[in-house]
Amino acid sequence: MRIPCCYCGARGHEEFTYLGDATLARPSTEIGAPADDATAAAWHDYVYVRDNPSGRHRELWQHTGGCRAWLVVTRDTRTHEIHGVEAARDVALAREATHE
Amino acid sequence: MNDSSPATPPQRSSAPVTAMRLMDGGLIDRSRTLGFTFDGTRYTGHPGDTLASALLANGVRLVGRSFKYHRPRGILTAGPEEPNALVELRTGARREPNTRATTIELYDGLVAASQNRWPSLQYDLLSINGLAGPLIGAGFYYKTFMWPAAWWEKVYEPLIRRAAGLGRASGVADPDHYDKGHLHCDVLVIGAGPSGLMAALAAGRAGARVVLCEEDSRLGGRALLDGRRIDQRPAADWVAAIEAELAAMPDVRILKRTSVVAAYDHGTFAAVERNNDHLAEPPAFAPRQTLWRIVAQRSVLAAGALERPLVFPGNDRPGVMLAGAARAYVNRFAVMPGRRAVVFATNDDAALTVTTLAEVGIDVAAVVDARSEMSPAMEAAARMASALLITGGAVTRVRGSLGVEGVEIRSADGRKTRIACDLLCMSGGWTPNLHLTCHQNNRPVWDARLAAFVPGNLPSGMAVAGAANGEMSTRSAIMRGAELGVAAAVACGFRAASPDLPPTDEESTSSSPLWRVTGVTGKAFVDFQNDVTVTDIGLAHREGFRSVEHMKRYTTLGMATDQGKTSSINGLALMAELTERSIPDTGITTFRPPYQPVALGTLAGHHRGKDFRPTRLTPTHAWAAERGAVFVETGAWLRAQWYPESGERDWLESVNREVRTVRNAVGVCDVSTLGKIDVQGPGAAGLLDFLYANTMSTLPVGRARYGLMLREDGFVMDDGTVSRFAPDHFVITTTTANAAKVLQHMEHALQWLRPDLEAAVVSISEQWAQFSIAGPRSRDVLQRVVDSPEAISNAAFPFMAIAETTVLGGLPARLFRISYSGELAYEIAVAAGYGEALIRAIMEQGRDFGIAPYGTETLGVLRIEKGHVAGNELSGQTTARDLGLGRMLAKKKDYIGRVLQERPALLAGDRPALVGLRPVDTGARLRAGAHLVASGQEPVAANDLGYVTSVAFSPTLGHWIGLALLSGGPARHGERVRVWDPVRSGDVLAEVCDTVFVDPKGERLHV
Repeated sequence: MRIPCCYCGARGHEEFTYLGDATLARPSTEIGAPADDATAAAWHDYVYVRDNPSGRHRELWQHTGGCRAWLVVTRDTRTHEIHGVEAARDVALAREATHE
Repeated sequence: MNDSSPATPPQRSSAPVTAMRLMDGGLIDRSRTLGFTFDGTRYTGHPGDTLASALLANGVRLVGRSFKYHRPRGILTAGPEEPNALVELRTGARREPNTRATTIELYDGLVAASQNRWPSLQYDLLSINGLAGPLIGAGFYYKTFMWPAAWWEKVYEPLIRRAAGLGRASGVADPDHYDKGHLHCDVLVIGAGPSGLMAALAAGRAGARVVLCEEDSRLGGRALLDGRRIDQRPAADWVAAIEAELAAMPDVRILKRTSVVAAYDHGTFAAVERNNDHLAEPPAFAPRQTLWRIVAQRSVLAAGALERPLVFPGNDRPGVMLAGAARAYVNRFAVMPGRRAVVFATNDDAALTVTTLAEVGIDVAAVVDARSEMSPAMEAAARMASALLITGGAVTRVRGSLGVEGVEIRSADGRKTRIACDLLCMSGGWTPNLHLTCHQNNRPVWDARLAAFVPGNLPSGMAVAGAANGEMSTRSAIMRGAELGVAAAVACGFRAASPDLPPTDEESTSSSPLWRVTGVTGKAFVDFQNDVTVTDIGLAHREGFRSVEHMKRYTTLGMATDQGKTSSINGLALMAELTERSIPDTGITTFRPPYQPVALGTLAGHHRGKDFRPTRLTPTHAWAAERGAVFVETGAWLRAQWYPESGERDWLESVNREVRTVRNAVGVCDVSTLGKIDVQGPGAAGLLDFLYANTMSTLPVGRARYGLMLREDGFVMDDGTVSRFAPDHFVITTTTANAAKVLQHMEHALQWLRPDLEAAVVSISEQWAQFSIAGPRSRDVLQRVVDSPEAISNAAFPFMAIAETTVLGGLPARLFRISYSGELAYEIAVAAGYGEALIRAIMEQGRDFGIAPYGTETLGVLRIEKGHVAGNELSGQTTARDLGLGRMLAKKKDYIGRVLQERPALLAGDRPALVGLRPVDTGARLRAGAHLVASGQEPVAANDLGYVTSVAFSPTLGHWIGLALLSGGPARHGERVRVWDPVRSGDVLAEVCDTVFVDPKGERLHV
């Protein structure tokens, strides 16, 4: 596979490290909030539960052998076709902006 | 049976002088003679020969014994698909088994030996397996060696391995080296036959960066083998002209002896270049082979086609050869593969073999055309060769065991004729070589007109030209190659025009398949290399292994090193016939990389031994080695474990002395291997608050703090110190093992979880040499090293103070008053290159105070005496509370692991928690890994209360001490537990105690 890093251009996948699902959001649990079932379920899903989608998947990769940027790569898990690569920080900032 | 004795001694002084070599023609250099030996007999050949052609030239037809039945075997093909002629090449450490004689380029002094025969090739005692054939068909091993199960390893497997098997590995390290390389191009052309040459020419003339890979030592593909004319001249001359033009193009790279073995995603290919396999040994410093990773925008696959054998009894005898191979030996190597031939074929392509053989004086006795209708091309060829033409006929039997002596032919009317011959050429048609189109899980499609699978969906950027695409004539291959070369260049943004297409000979490619000869008895082979016969496929069918994937695994068809190149289509056609399905309904097994066998050494390249995992040396390594330190591998690092002094009998004596020196005077230890990460920016404090379970933003400038990092699941990930040099500048340390992981974790937090924080992190582990100076006299030593001694007085520089300073007269340094040993202690860091100078200075200045260096063993004893946790306790299964560090957990900030560490099970009172252990009998030894049960309880799993994580002999206390994770933890202080170690027969009673064995109040830290 070749992954087009948004900073370095297309590079072989061996330069990258895979993490996983980029659609998961870390639950925001207030400090000192009592532990309820909903909170427990949200954290359980965030830490332990992963989908194994067939087709397009947004996933986190890090260009560890290059610029060390974390990237959100949209990849088809059946064909390995890569539909887009974004800097993870940009995606995360946009996510924060919509939440606020 | 594999012969463990050396190659058979010479049986005769020399073979008849190249009896079968033609006087002229061929692409060989008759001006030079090369000597070689096969099974100890000396022969000669010429540059341009393969081992196979040279053996045939010398009249050697018998070259090996088959895998299972030990049948005599000869040379079937003239190329890399060879299933029979496998030999051991070279001797000693370079001996390589299962090497195809058809691809070995002859060199002077070549030594080869036949395989799988005992005592000799001519008289093989295990050929009795052939008589037992009905007993050892498909599935024989599975059925026969079922039980007793215990016999498998001891009896059955060694027995089978001796009886069945191919060559022997050398058994010693490979003395050669292998390289790796990367190539990037616009257009990759795979195969340099007529279509590949035209594709490369078209793309190259357009200015594209082209890589042309050819498996053979020469460009030309079948053009060299068929003896046709291209561009009104011999094909080899046309090839040479194109090669000269390509070689002159600066952006075209020709890789000969290079097999493209895999097609990966996004235009990435793996190719193996056999740089020096054609020599006895590689020249000094040159690699034997190179593994290329080629990245191409477009690729043109022009891999040609492979001829299929016909399936009839005795089709494996030496002297039975593929028709295309027979004419290849004549045209390229000027070798007569026999003197009197019969040609048995299903297609017009074999007509060229008939005329080629006849032209060089080989007597073609008969042409047997399996097709029921007379073929004009075959008729013309038979007439030219004055051969008997038998249309609608079949070869039903082959006479001769060690070589063909004659054949029995059945005419269309059923009449049988016997014809004496020493060569039987067969052709079942041609199979497009489409493996690389399937490596990304595309499936080929059946072409009924060709009776062959042709490429289906293609990997993106790939196009297929010539015979690989079912375009079987030279003319169509040339046209299509040019067209696809132009298209590939245009797709890469070049303006391209088709080269002029050279005129070619007329040829008929008419073909009609015959999957097996029916109404015959005797072993008819489908897979030659794995000895799979028609009967075996019938057996698989009867026993229900009818899917091609099941048939393959039950009969092992296609599972040998040739991966079924000559056998898989025949095999699945036979299964289709048995199941009364069509071939496309029967399907085809999956093509997976690599296309050709690749040596593990080639895949490894230079990454062998220490080059695979280099050893990292500390800044003081040379100095420590000079002092006779004993080293230990810790991860990738080599660290000093202890520093023996003369008269010390064992490691314990040395370590006890080192510990006492630190506790009573002063010691110095290289701790540079700890991970060090620089954190800067306005968001640095916020980042560290988020990463550590305790609060870092409150840390004053000029101070350090111990920190604990959790994983999001609430377990401890790592620990270390955080030092604040400025409001927006921190330096943190990690454990040696987790240095890379923690950096990645921080980058993830910064770029993904907390993009609001403005900060940057960078590893500085290797930039700084760092030493611990520990013991009551450590300040005295340090004051002689630093440039401002007064600045580190106890008052000016208290416990947990840090500062940037200078040492040894102006050398910038960082000083930390932190302690792992529990003594008055400092860590001092300088630029890594000054590390050795600094430790020599410290040792010099410390002599008056009795300084000694200490290693990792002493480091461990000191920390266990103080109850500090390390890797054994930070196992990924312990929480902060388990380790007695619950008081560190911040309550007023968010941090990784904050929520899930509160899960009820992690708060349960019976969780294993950290305690200290001291043996009741102070002479007893504790062992790490031992399990704990309550005193008086049986040592069974149900009573297990935990285990010992770390132990040390404490010279301070005079007995062994331990740290353990014990159910209930500190609540059991004062109880007695059984420390049970079945592995080392340990059963010791110990008292549960606090984890801090030395100076529990921590007074020594502040002196």
